[in-house]
Amino acid sequence: MAVKKYDAGVKDYRETYWMPDYVPLETDLLAVFKITPQPGVDREEAAAAVAAESSTGTWTTVWTDLLTDMDYYKGRAYRIEDVPGDDSCYYAFVAYPIDLFEEGSVVNVFTSLVGNVFGFKAVRALRLEDVRFPIAYVKTCGGPPMGIQVERDVMNKYGRALLGCTIKPKLGLSGKNYGRAVYECLRGGLDFTKDDENINSQPFMRWRQRFDFVMEAILKSEAETGERKGHYLNVTAPTPDEMFKRAEYAKEIGAPIIMHDYITGGFCANTGLANWCRDNGMLLHIHRAMHAVIDRNPHHGIHFRVLTKILRLSGGDHLHTGTVVGKLEGDRASTLGWIDLLRESFVPEDRSRGLFFDQDWGSMPGAFAVASGGIHVWHMPALVAIFGDDAVLQFGGGTLGHPWGNAAGAAANRVALEACVQARNEGREVEREGKEILTAAAKHSPELKIAMETWKEIKFEFDTVDKLDVTNK
Amino acid sequence: MAVEVYKSSTKYETFSYLPPMTAEQIRQQISYCISQGWNPAVEHTEKDNSMSNYWYMWKLPLFGEQSVDVVLQELDACHREFPDHLVRFIAYDNYAQSQGMAFVVYR
Repeated sequence: MAVKKYDAGVKDYRETYWMPDYVPLETDLLAVFKITPQPGVDREEAAAAVAAESSTGTWTTVWTDLLTDMDYYKGRAYRIEDVPGDDSCYYAFVAYPIDLFEEGSVVNVFTSLVGNVFGFKAVRALRLEDVRFPIAYVKTCGGPPMGIQVERDVMNKYGRALLGCTIKPKLGLSGKNYGRAVYECLRGGLDFTKDDENINSQPFMRWRQRFDFVMEAILKSEAETGERKGHYLNVTAPTPDEMFKRAEYAKEIGAPIIMHDYITGGFCANTGLANWCRDNGMLLHIHRAMHAVIDRNPHHGIHFRVLTKILRLSGGDHLHTGTVVGKLEGDRASTLGWIDLLRESFVPEDRSRGLFFDQDWGSMPGAFAVASGGIHVWHMPALVAIFGDDAVLQFGGGTLGHPWGNAAGAAANRVALEACVQARNEGREVEREGKEILTAAAKHSPELKIAMETWKEIKFEFDTVDKLDVTNK
Repeated sequence: MAVEVYKSSTKYETFSYLPPMTAEQIRQQISYCISQGWNPAVEHTEKDNSMSNYWYMWKLPLFGEQSVDVVLQELDACHREFPDHLVRFIAYDNYAQSQGMAFVVYR
């Protein structure tokens, strides 16, 4: 073995961290960054700098480097690729040895990968596009508390997507009025209703009253319809102690599902809550407030497909993924890519959907994709075509805004969903024949007929800001 | 616009918000499930037990059955023997270890 001597000073990063001949190991964690360098910084040096600063390196050589096996622990920049259609930046691939990271901790992984390096002066902008978690690491994470298949068994929902609705107005209702809105939605035919993410425990409605009134609404609607119902009780709280207190109470009153915001609440809190849910037989719905701050800029931040992988490892049974067709941003091919990352057991590399690596999840359960935001009955055919069955389709205004009220709005959505699923199974192309399918279903459902008349003119046709790189520019 | 009252009633999960299917529509749904590689099965129960996980199995699941007619015959035979019961069709997806489909045929 070669003996090394201490040589103080600043070395080019590339001497240590650029290894174009390196062949990644099965156990390596792989990352691809989109680097926009400062003028005058060459590609290999910037890539090596990113590898260094996101793993073992610092700006100068230190004597304590020689007390360990740096050649084992260092991150290695091993490939550089052009970004299609954008000369201002390029992709750099970095391999990290698995032992750099604590087992079962997305907190630790991302403190390294997107830590100091994102403020590094040599790069003008930096975006983490994708991460390959080796199966050896996946097996150290808990993942979704129950997963798609167990949730179907628990909720008795088969052969179709689930239906939900976020209760509005977002803020200001009393607990009892809020429970009324929940009850009306559930008795009309929805499977779930949802706390808005902003609803935690404000002066106008403290969490405990909300939980009590909502639980009565669930039980009453179940008794009337003979179907299983739930409401995502948001336990996102100022402190972990308070979060667990609310979760314990939800369990005590028999609620089937609770909810958390995994980015504002934090990955540490989320992983702890997911573990608690697994231990206590509770489903966990995950909202993603703040994601667009991180994932929308095509040159800087973290792509949502990475945030999706973080959530699947940290734990959650539902995750908001965008709708493609509604009021919020979301490119179709790209969305299909991260929906697969959320639900499937093995997802192969596919650049046409923005997937840079094969991702093997092994036996880790999948989670439901949640489509929510500005959707209504006219979107149903497209939603069934895009999302398939392992999704929760959430119509907020599209339920509550029905001229006859929430129950009629819920029934309209349920009829539309079942008609589209029936037609799909009969071999019809639901997206193309959507109008005929819904019109035929409305003959038996006055609620659907009115819903179709109310919303027929609404469209959302703004261009997507963050497109796949193949279509940029 | 006049507001109309929405009346809740007992439902039976998937497809129970649509009118009862015609014989041809039932045939198409079963055909779809078989084409997915799922295994057909028939279950029945008393009307006031519909929320239970466990209904009575009608014989055993029809593992590997490719004939829609055979499945329809079993649904019909179950209904004739238990005319007051709910009868549902199930398609077991053994890869997902779940049910790919379940809906009540006689309600």
